[in-house]
Amino acid sequence: MSTITDPVQGGFRISMLLYDTRYRSMTIQVIALIGFLLAIGWLFGNAAQNLAALGKPLNFSFLGDTAGYDINQRLIEYNSQMTHGRAAVVGLLNTLLVAVLGCITATVIGVLVGIMRLSKNWIISKIMTVYIETFRNVPVLLWIIMTMAIFIEVFPKPSDFRGADAVASMKLFESVAVTNRGIFIPSPVFGSGSMAVIAVFILSIVGIFVFGRWAHKRQDETGQILPTFWIKLGIFFIPSIIVFYVMGQPISLEYPELKGFNFKGGFHMRNSLIALWFALSLYTAAFIAETVRSGIQAVSKGQTEAAAALGLRPGRITSLVVLPQALRVIIPPMISQYMNLTKNSSLAIAVGYMDITGTLGGVTLNQTGREMESLMILMAIYLTISLTISTVMNVYNERVKLRER
Amino acid sequence: MTDVSYVRTEMLQEKAPPVSQAGIIKWLRENMFSNIPNSILSIVALWAIYYVLSDVLPWAFKSSWNANSLGECRSAIAAAYGEGASGACWSVIHDRFLQLIFGFYPKELYWRPVLIFVLMFVAIAPVLFDGLPKKMLRFTMVYPFLAFWLLWGGSLWFPLMIIAGFVLGYLAFGVVSKMASSLVGMIAAVLVPILWWLFLSGDVATMLQSIIPLSIESVASDKFGGFMLSITIGVIGISLSLPIGIVLALGRQSDLMIVKVICVGFIEFIRGVPLITLLFVASTLLNYFMPPGTNFDLILRVIIMVTLFASAYMAEVIRGGLAALPKGQYEGADSLGLDFWQSTRLVIMPQALKISIPNIVSSFIGLFKDTTLVSIIGLLDPIGLSTNIRANMEWNGVIWELYGFIALVFWLFCFSMSRYSMYLERKLQTGH
Repeated sequence: MSTITDPVQGGFRISMLLYDTRYRSMTIQVIALIGFLLAIGWLFGNAAQNLAALGKPLNFSFLGDTAGYDINQRLIEYNSQMTHGRAAVVGLLNTLLVAVLGCITATVIGVLVGIMRLSKNWIISKIMTVYIETFRNVPVLLWIIMTMAIFIEVFPKPSDFRGADAVASMKLFESVAVTNRGIFIPSPVFGSGSMAVIAVFILSIVGIFVFGRWAHKRQDETGQILPTFWIKLGIFFIPSIIVFYVMGQPISLEYPELKGFNFKGGFHMRNSLIALWFALSLYTAAFIAETVRSGIQAVSKGQTEAAAALGLRPGRITSLVVLPQALRVIIPPMISQYMNLTKNSSLAIAVGYMDITGTLGGVTLNQTGREMESLMILMAIYLTISLTISTVMNVYNERVKLRER
Repeated sequence: MTDVSYVRTEMLQEKAPPVSQAGIIKWLRENMFSNIPNSILSIVALWAIYYVLSDVLPWAFKSSWNANSLGECRSAIAAAYGEGASGACWSVIHDRFLQLIFGFYPKELYWRPVLIFVLMFVAIAPVLFDGLPKKMLRFTMVYPFLAFWLLWGGSLWFPLMIIAGFVLGYLAFGVVSKMASSLVGMIAAVLVPILWWLFLSGDVATMLQSIIPLSIESVASDKFGGFMLSITIGVIGISLSLPIGIVLALGRQSDLMIVKVICVGFIEFIRGVPLITLLFVASTLLNYFMPPGTNFDLILRVIIMVTLFASAYMAEVIRGGLAALPKGQYEGADSLGLDFWQSTRLVIMPQALKISIPNIVSSFIGLFKDTTLVSIIGLLDPIGLSTNIRANMEWNGVIWELYGFIALVFWLFCFSMSRYSMYLERKLQTGH
């Protein structure tokens, strides 16, 4: 076989680094790398010099020192005698808490609004448009701060609930107290025998999955379709309720009560958490609604018509033909909305909710004066969360990708 | 025998359609009361609208516009509409309007930001509309420096020296690429201006200033505030991020492994962290990364970080535009014998940018909304000011009016921009 390319004449010359396309890319890359390293080196050299001059070289041992500040909203045990590291973990859990809560409610609201926006009912679809445009076009920080201000200024004080001629009263059959110090809701109290109820409940959820698979298999074999939704609903509720009464109602509710200057008992949801949760969900839901709408509209009409021509009923057209295709379009932008919500949850600092930005990037940073270290950890944590979410998204995209030809 | 046959010779008058099939009733039946669940939904919705409006409208109109404090305003409303009437105290907007727009910018210099704002439309017009003469782009290029000079004031020579840096870089590219290769020319075009700005421009500007003093009253950065600050940060951030974003997007698409890794790392890092952490870096850390003794002002630091933040998002927007171009365009440019820069400059970028304009606009909307975050690090943007006003004795306790106004202004800006980008999307759709 004869070779087409001429052999290099006269070996390698220096000028080939510039003019020969085979080597030029190498030259460019080396120059870029050198430039990049020089810039990084210059920045970090300066930083090291500055930090040394201030007498605080890079050192992470402050994480082991006593924090000395309290966090009122916490998911794990924490007091002011514990370390900065522990405070950061409490903050991280708070971030995840509001992010998860927000993602759930934003999805529910967003999907509902997105579907209702496509409704044939003119007034409903207009109201949804107004909602979406209002929330999308105003900064989320303004929503958060405004919600917080409204909670504090508009809701009644706990003392308004006192006495015979109380100005305010508890909502929902005297079980929920909405005050300017937060919302008090009943909390479950687990008595003896409650484990049995919980176990049965978990078992019935497992049962739902098993039943679903079985029904699917049965349909594949015999072609008969069971009313799975109603049966699943039955499995979800009935066994647990029966056991609940058989065991003599072991789980009861503890209602909040006005004691002294504030409500005691029940579960106290702080204003900061609720304001943040509420504002983030409504804001993100507006974006999710748009995603859902465009996803549904992206399924071509031919698909619906073809399914109808096959004789499917409208409900089945939606669940078997439209949704699976729409989800492929909806889910990637939806996940990036989740990512945005998680990042926006860092605005918690504006309402005093102690998330990771509030603890590590706020109080800890100010108390220890370790800006460099705190912000490095803070960014690393957010980066980890984001990269995890985007990995999940990539895996999903890979799985649902249309396999063409 | 008489003929009983009857032939109609003229047309009958058209009958009016049945009432249920015409006009508003048909429309109502089809769009609001097509079936029972829909009717229930419509009625509930109408009731909800009535409920909200019957509360909000009287509140909004039974209002007071001229009062100096919340108490005074409340008593004015009580006097005008009877005891117990709740009305809006728009007087807080009336009282603090100029502050919400300009911050603490000196009153006698308000013409400068206003002029710059008006000129901004002149500057972006040739970018947005094709019909205008291309020469206007020259003004667009000069505009950022003019804006900087008018907003912050001071000597005209400093912005001129910065422009001189770009001119020097351009000259260096021309000269060196003739002498050596275009690659060396590129390196020279980057190095010469950097060296000029770092070592020479300051002294030259001072010298020229002492010979020919050309300066206007300078305004310190802490005087900036209100919507002026938001717009300043937003516009500077987005316009600086555009060139950086283009470079990053090209780097991300490139075959050069090291360049690609650097670009992807930067983009993913910036997009992975919340803007607020970057603003913390601006407020606490950025000075550490500069040579010892440097201390430059907070707004400038914030603008640097916001620009970095916006460029990462811009890079993704432009990458989307690059990816949307048909492969034939790249191959066509190659087959004409254009090299990488020529094909990028003449074939790829004009089309990619055109495709991405709607997304650029929406990322600008995002950035404009995100500028409110600077209130957390203590700058006095509208939200920072609102906290100030609410902490003030006179206006302590005012919520809806103040936040409502700020929200309305943001909404007007963002909504009109998003409508504009939708219009562009339709206009640019060259497909079938």
